[in-house]
Amino acid sequence: MSAVPASAAPGAPTLEVRNLRTHFLTRAGVVKAVDDVSFTVRSGKVLGLVGESGSGKSVTGFSILGLVDPPGRIVGGQILFKGQDLATLSEEAMRKLRGNRIAMIFQDPMMTLNPVLRIDTQMIETVLAHARVSREEARQRARDALGQVGIASPDERLRSYPHQFSGGMRQRVAIAIALLHKPDVIVADEPTTALDVTIQGQILAEAQKLCAQTGTALVWITHDLSVVAGLADDIAVMYAGKVVENGPVEQVLDAPLHPYTLGLIGSVPSRNRRGEPLRQIPGMTPSMLNLPAGCAFRARCPRAEARCAEPPPFAEYRPGRFARCIHPHEEAVAA
Amino acid sequence: MSAVLEAPRAAAQGSVPIIELRGVSKRFSNPLDFAGRLVKRLGVKVREDVVHAVDGVDLSVRKGEVVGLVGESGCGKSTLGRMVAGIMPPSDGQVVWRGQDLTKLSGADAKRAKLRTQMIFQDPYASLNPRLKVAEIVGEAPQYHGLVPRGGLEAYVDDQLRRAGLDPSLKRRYPHQFSGGQRQRIGIARALAVQPDFLVCDEAVAALDVSIQAQILNLFMKLRRELDLTYLFISHDLGVVEHLSDRVVIMYLGRVVEEAPSEEVFARPNHPYTRALLAEVPRIEARKRVFAGVQGEIPSPLNPPSGCHFHPRCPFAFDRCRAERPALKQVAPGHRSACHLNDAA
Repeated sequence: MSAVPASAAPGAPTLEVRNLRTHFLTRAGVVKAVDDVSFTVRSGKVLGLVGESGSGKSVTGFSILGLVDPPGRIVGGQILFKGQDLATLSEEAMRKLRGNRIAMIFQDPMMTLNPVLRIDTQMIETVLAHARVSREEARQRARDALGQVGIASPDERLRSYPHQFSGGMRQRVAIAIALLHKPDVIVADEPTTALDVTIQGQILAEAQKLCAQTGTALVWITHDLSVVAGLADDIAVMYAGKVVENGPVEQVLDAPLHPYTLGLIGSVPSRNRRGEPLRQIPGMTPSMLNLPAGCAFRARCPRAEARCAEPPPFAEYRPGRFARCIHPHEEAVAA
Repeated sequence: MSAVLEAPRAAAQGSVPIIELRGVSKRFSNPLDFAGRLVKRLGVKVREDVVHAVDGVDLSVRKGEVVGLVGESGCGKSTLGRMVAGIMPPSDGQVVWRGQDLTKLSGADAKRAKLRTQMIFQDPYASLNPRLKVAEIVGEAPQYHGLVPRGGLEAYVDDQLRRAGLDPSLKRRYPHQFSGGQRQRIGIARALAVQPDFLVCDEAVAALDVSIQAQILNLFMKLRRELDLTYLFISHDLGVVEHLSDRVVIMYLGRVVEEAPSEEVFARPNHPYTRALLAEVPRIEARKRVFAGVQGEIPSPLNPPSGCHFHPRCPFAFDRCRAERPALKQVAPGHRSACHLNDAA
C-alpha cells in the first residue's frame, strides 16, 4: 500500500486517496462500486484515472467531492486533502470546500450549467458563495476566468444563455466556473469525451496550461488511454471497483504489470498492424452485483491460475509501481 | 499488409463501383411559420433557414472495399451515410447503385437494391425495438422479404446470431437484458439477416468500451472475409478508421476535402484540415506532449463561410480561399484534395 505519511509539509501530495470504499446498498445487494482505491496527486500534476464503463472511476470522483447520493455511501478509507480527511467532514464543512478549494468538471457541461440563467448570473453566484466581494468585482473575476479559458469577447458572452454556446464552448464555461476560486484540486470526469477531436485538443491545451500556471492538482477521469498518454504524469487503472495498477504514465504504458492494462493497451487500434485482427480482451466486464471471489479479472485473464481465486494484494513490484496481481508481466511490451 | 486482405483488395482494382454518388447534396430547411409567411406576403424579405448538410459530394465505393468516412460533428457524414443506404433521398444529384440511379428504380428493383445495402447505427440502445425479442428483431425482415422457407426461420435466426458471436439460446430475451457490445452484435445480426453485400456503419463502435470495441471491429473484419462485404465506415475516430479502411474520405462542413488510400492519407496528408485533424488525435505512443489545438470553432452549417469552408481556421488561408470554392483535384495517384494551395505550388 502506498504508505506516505500524511502531513501538510511542502512536497506532500495535495490529494491522497487511501483505501477508499464507496458501496451502494441496493435492494438487490451491495454494489461495491469503489472497493479499495488508493492514489496520490501532487500540486501541478495530472493523474489519469482510467477504466471502462462501470469500473467505478466516476464514483471515485464523486466520492472526493462528497457528492455520492444514497443508497451510495463511503464505507471505508480516507480522502486526505492537504492532510484533512474529507470523508469525515460534515456537510457544512464540505460545502465550504466544494467549488472553492476542490472543483469538478463533468462530462456533460449542462450538468453544471443552469439552462434558464445567464452565464453571468451563474458565475457571479459561484464567486459570491465563497468570497466576500462586491458584485462588480465578482463579475470582473467571472470575466477574467472566461478569458483564461480562451473565450473571445468575454464581456458579451457573459450575457448569453448556455444554449447559445456550442458544446466545446459550454465545456470551456464549465471549466471557467471550476477555476473561479483557483482551486487546489480539480476532478474532471470525462470532460472531452463528448467533444470533437479539434475541440478536444483545445480543451486539453487549456488543462495543461492551467496545471503549469496555477499549480492545481488535476484528476482526469477517462476511458481513453490515448488522451492520458499525452496529458497525465501518473496513471491509475481501475477494473471492477479496484485500482489494478498505478505508476508514472510512461512506465505503465510501456511496461504494464497487470494483464488487464496490457490487454487495454493492446486493443487500441494504433497499437496493432493495420488490417490485422485487434488483440482483444475476451469476455465482458463482470456484473458489479456478484463479482467473483479473488481477482475480478481472472475469468478474462490469459494468465489466470488456481491461486487467482484468492484476492491478490496491491503490492509494489518496482519502485513506485503498484499492481494488484500475483503474476505480473515482467518485461516491457513490444510496441 | 496481411495476406488475408490481399484477395479482396486485388478484386477491388478496376471493378465497377457498387455505389456511386454524383454531385449529391442534401438540404434541410425550416419552413416559415404563419407570422413569417405573413410578413413575406407583405413584402418583407425573410428567408427560410437552410442547412446544407451535404454539398455536392462525389464518392464511389468499389466492391470489396472498406471506405472510411471521417469528419467532426455536423460535417454531414451521417446524412451522407443515410443517402448511400437509400433511407434518405438526396436533394440534388444521383445515387447510382450498380450502374442504376436509385431514385429512378421502380418498386421491386428499388426494394431489392435497398435490401442489399444495410445500415448499422451508433446507439445500440436506441436502434433496437425494446418491445421485441431478439429472435423477432433478427427474424422479422428476412421473413417479410421471403428470404427463408416456411418453418426454417428458427434455424436461420440461430445461424445469424451465431455468426455475429451471440449464443442462440439467448434469442428469447429482450434487448435490455444485453450489454452494449452484445446489443451491437444484435444490430449486426439484424443487418446481415437480409443478406446484404454492402454495410453502412454509422459510428458503429463509438459508444463501446475499448476492449469491446476491439471485439466488434474484429467481428466486422471477420464478416468481411467470410461474406465478401463492402463497407462504408463512418467514424470520427481516426485510429479506428486507419486500422480498418482501404480508402479514407475526409469531410468538413458538408464537403469532401480530401480522399486517398489509407496509408497515403496518414503518411502524406495534403489538406490543412486533414493535417490539423491528424495532429490533434491523441496517440498512445505520445507522452506528455504539448497540445496546441486548431484555432476557432466549427462554423455553423446554417451560415457557412464563403469560399473554402475551412478558411477562417486555416493558417495558410489567402484571398482566393475566401472567394472561391476549391475543387477536388488529384495531387497523387488516387489521392484527391480540395485546396487552393495545390494550384499555387
